[in-house]
Amino acid sequence: MFRRFDAASVAFTFEGMPVMAAAGETVAAALLAAGVRSVRTTAVSGSARAPWCMMGVCFDCLVEIDGVANRQGCMVVVSPGMVVRRQVGAKDLG
Amino acid sequence: MSGVFDAVIIGAGPAGMAAGAVMAERGARVLVLDEQAAPGGQIYRGIEAMPAARVAAMGADYAAGAALVARFRASGAEYRPGAMVWQVVPGEEGHEVWFSIAGKSRCVVGKSVLVAAGAMERPVPVPGWTLPGVMGAGAVQVLLKAGIGAERLVIAGAGPLVLLLAAQCLALGVRPLAVLDTTPAGNFAAALPLLPGAVRGRGLGYLWKGLLLQARLRFGGVRVVRVTDVVLEGAEAVRAVSFRAGGQVQRIEADIVALHEGVIPAQQMTRALGCAHKWDEGQRCFRPVLDGFGNTSVHGVLVAGDGGGIGGARAAAQAGVVAGAEMLRRAGRVDGVGRDAVAGPALRDLAAEVAVRPFLDRLFRPAGLPGDEVVVCRCEEVTAGDIRAAAAQGAQGPNQAKAFLRTGMGACQGRICGPMVSEIMAGARGVSMDEIGYYRIRAPLKPITVGELAAAGDDGDD
Amino acid sequence: MRGFDLIVIGGGLVGGAVAFGAARLGARVALLDEGDVAFRAARGNFGLVWIQSKGAGMPPYAHWSRQSAALWAGLSDALSEVTGVAPALRQNGGFAFCLSDDEFARQAERVQRMHNESGGIGTRMLDRAELRAMLPQVGDEVVGAAFCPIDGHANPLLLLRGLQAGLLAKGGEYLPGRHVDAIDYDGGFTVQCGAERFTCAKVVIAAGLGSRDLAPMVGLEMPVTPLKGQILVTERVRPFLDYATHVVRQTDEGSVMMGDSQEDVGFDIRTTTPVLKDIAARNIKVFPLLREANVVRTWGALRVMTPDGCPIYEESVSHPGAFSATCHSGVTLAGAHAMALAPAILGAGLPPAMKAFEAARFKSGKINVPSF
Ligand SMILES: Cc1cc2nc3c(=O)[nH]c(=O)nc-3n(C[C@H](O)[C@H](O)[C@H](O)COP(=O)(O)OP(=O)(O)OC[C@H]3O[C@@H](n4cnc5c(N)ncnc54)[C@H](O)[C@@H]3O)c2cc1C
Ligand SMILES: Cc1cc2nc3c(=O)[nH]c(=O)nc-3n(C[C@H](O)[C@H](O)[C@H](O)COP(=O)(O)OP(=O)(O)OC[C@H]3O[C@@H](n4cnc5c(N)ncnc54)[C@H](O)[C@@H]3O)c2cc1C
Ligand code: FES
Repeated sequence: MFRRFDAASVAFTFEGMPVMAAAGETVAAALLAAGVRSVRTTAVSGSARAPWCMMGVCFDCLVEIDGVANRQGCMVVVSPGMVVRRQVGAKDLG
Repeated sequence: MSGVFDAVIIGAGPAGMAAGAVMAERGARVLVLDEQAAPGGQIYRGIEAMPAARVAAMGADYAAGAALVARFRASGAEYRPGAMVWQVVPGEEGHEVWFSIAGKSRCVVGKSVLVAAGAMERPVPVPGWTLPGVMGAGAVQVLLKAGIGAERLVIAGAGPLVLLLAAQCLALGVRPLAVLDTTPAGNFAAALPLLPGAVRGRGLGYLWKGLLLQARLRFGGVRVVRVTDVVLEGAEAVRAVSFRAGGQVQRIEADIVALHEGVIPAQQMTRALGCAHKWDEGQRCFRPVLDGFGNTSVHGVLVAGDGGGIGGARAAAQAGVVAGAEMLRRAGRVDGVGRDAVAGPALRDLAAEVAVRPFLDRLFRPAGLPGDEVVVCRCEEVTAGDIRAAAAQGAQGPNQAKAFLRTGMGACQGRICGPMVSEIMAGARGVSMDEIGYYRIRAPLKPITVGELAAAGDDGDD
Repeated sequence: MRGFDLIVIGGGLVGGAVAFGAARLGARVALLDEGDVAFRAARGNFGLVWIQSKGAGMPPYAHWSRQSAALWAGLSDALSEVTGVAPALRQNGGFAFCLSDDEFARQAERVQRMHNESGGIGTRMLDRAELRAMLPQVGDEVVGAAFCPIDGHANPLLLLRGLQAGLLAKGGEYLPGRHVDAIDYDGGFTVQCGAERFTCAKVVIAAGLGSRDLAPMVGLEMPVTPLKGQILVTERVRPFLDYATHVVRQTDEGSVMMGDSQEDVGFDIRTTTPVLKDIAARNIKVFPLLREANVVRTWGALRVMTPDGCPIYEESVSHPGAFSATCHSGVTLAGAHAMALAPAILGAGLPPAMKAFEAARFKSGKINVPSF
């Protein structure tokens, strides 16, 4: 999987589990470094997906961040205490 | 941020930074917008915050970016990180640039707009490429730059980045399991006639660097195999990559597989602006039609850097200087003579820089198109076969295929599938790429919420 | 030179429906269309099967629309059966929201007027409470709505794809990349597209905005002009709106379409931020939850408008066998076009009741205000 070269100091949660990120790191990078394989399932077939491009092109890194669904995990920098959830299928407007 | 800027520059990669710096240093009012949190673009990503040892491991070309970023920071160009541009409206008096920062949208006006939005990795549609654990090689490199190394990694692809990434991994102590070289068999012979041209300018240096990287990998014990027919295996995530080598199907178990078939210009913005594009057979991609100073077919809209055709980081910076000089002229800060004085040296360097490209492009030109069963539109899960069936039913091009299949209508707005859909349609109909064309791209260039759109520009300026 | 019983010019929703309807009856049909990029309302529209406001001041149009609503299910079934492509028809009623008491009063008066002119179709005014009982997510600013039980919506892209696939399945031909330049008449018709020639016994001009230039070639008049509409569409979201409404609808695959703008700006299909902003703001008033949905795409498309907004259908007197067909509601009228108009064209010609749709009405000097 992935290995971190430096220490991680920013704490946030993914699906309720504590995860550590390095300062300035994106949500997608932190999740991959933490061993998360798939971050979302598609709205079409429900298949599992994970970041493909890490540069904002593919939208396969979509996650729910602090209650906002369908955000690009590779473009959002982790902040302390952030609550991240897997994006399951389509967004629910509630 | 109010008033009219001499130039609004979209992208703070080498092209955008160089253009911004050269203008601001001459007293122009410039605004540089970039979606990322820090300047550097794709290549010099994270360079300001990176520990020195890692900068060294990334190689000399990467390290060279620090000087450019420092110069840009000192130039006096206004710079907004975290600013995603979602719409550019060309106008007679100036061009509106709409962008979003932290969920709020506003608009600025530039006498010129420079699209320095860079490149993206060419999508690599092979069976299983949507599985978690399968990524672009560039994505693995992005993680590396962030201090995260991939273990049990197989790199499969063709092009300079394949070797570079393998060497960078090695230097940081994460040795790839293997490098699968997918360069098609006939490519070397086809590229050979272009070799004499390639050794001009800085070309020889680049070719030498390539050989050096290969030697380093061999020395480091990385297995490099010439392969065809790459297939990713796995159910919930990738478990192995199989391929054909030496006439046999082989298999390597892996946790991460990095695919790569070169990079192509990011067309979304220039397409949305209605700039004329042409198919570049050598680079196997569309690129905007540019004059020698970066002007597109849309008055006052310029392109510099890899968004105008792939030339690499140094070429991007040179092209940025050239476009910056032209925008100084457009803003009335210099006349034609003054522009040429600023642009001249950069134009010469640019020519030396790109001399090697035709050879490399031909050498690493990817082969063929995906088989019918392969997913091409990752968002809407449309296969190459679906697209060919639409063509058989009478769809004339990518826009009709899109209407029929929803390909390109998903979250990525067609960025990933667009290049492939055009090629598949052209193949199915037996017409040229210029005739088949591309998706009609519309705002917003990236999604914004209905709420943000409803309040766009309401805040006034800050 | 290839010959057909019927050639339909224009592969949009009007032409597609007529061609499929005719092929279904066994005619040898060709559908001629332009290439990948063309002015095409069929690919840019909203997908409503909208009856409640159609034909105010022109009862024949109201009745024709109602007939179409009734025939739509049969069309949908036929397409599913022949092609496997179902156009995602939902005909469970449609809402026209009122954002002020004034608007409510005007809407109520219109409903009453249409009832008096053309008979009742069950349209009724819903007050705040009644509306919220049916649509709990509606925002506070909505004071009520007109609800018509026979309104509905469909997926216009699937409809277009289904019509073309159905035509092929029934032995017809879809011939894209053919811009018709000329039509000659010598008892039968010869249609020219560049160097190609096709002959046919009957021809239908259903070329949307292109009809204006084609119609005079066969002694018809189709004085249509473009009326731009801008639409924005969101990412897929979980189902929250099952009904049609005049400003917003959720598609079968989950994305939400918004937009009811009307701009008389010629052949200009650019999107403009002020209009999109306005559409977004208005829809948030109707459904506040939409605030959080991501807009993934916007577009402008051109409606095909006649001077009074009502359709034109006519057989040429000077060139018998040549027909005109155009309207600004090709989704709504697809049922009637495939199941009623096509059989009439193939058979004995248009019934007397359809005289009201002839273009001569524009000459009488008495033109109704367009009704949408
Ligand atoms: C994955 C990858 C790896 C690469 N590796 C190398 C390498 O090792 N060596 C090399 O020489 N070249 C490499 N390249 C080529 C690279 O494109 C160029 O070297 C260089 O980065 C081009 O500079 P640029 O200024 O044209 O664009 P970029 O550096 O790509 O900069 C473009 C900038 O525009 C911003 N942007 C784009 N769209 C928007 C928007 N809508 N709103 C706001 N901002 C936006 C982006 O965030 C980005 O920062 C790589 C390219 C990719 C895609
Ligand atoms: C924004 C918008 C929203 C709409 N919403 C709705 C709605 O909710 N409900 C509804 O019922 N209707 C709606 N409509 C209208 C609906 O889309 C049209 O009525 C429908 O598409 C039928 O149009 P058409 O077939 O006449 O024309 P088009 O769809 O425009 O098709 C005309 C075709 O003719 C072809 N053509 C033109 N000239 C030639 C030539 N010389 N030779 C060969 N081919 C030619 C063109 O390429 C094109 O394919 C909407 C339209 C717009 C623009
Ligand atoms: S990983 Fe591709 S957009 Fe984030």
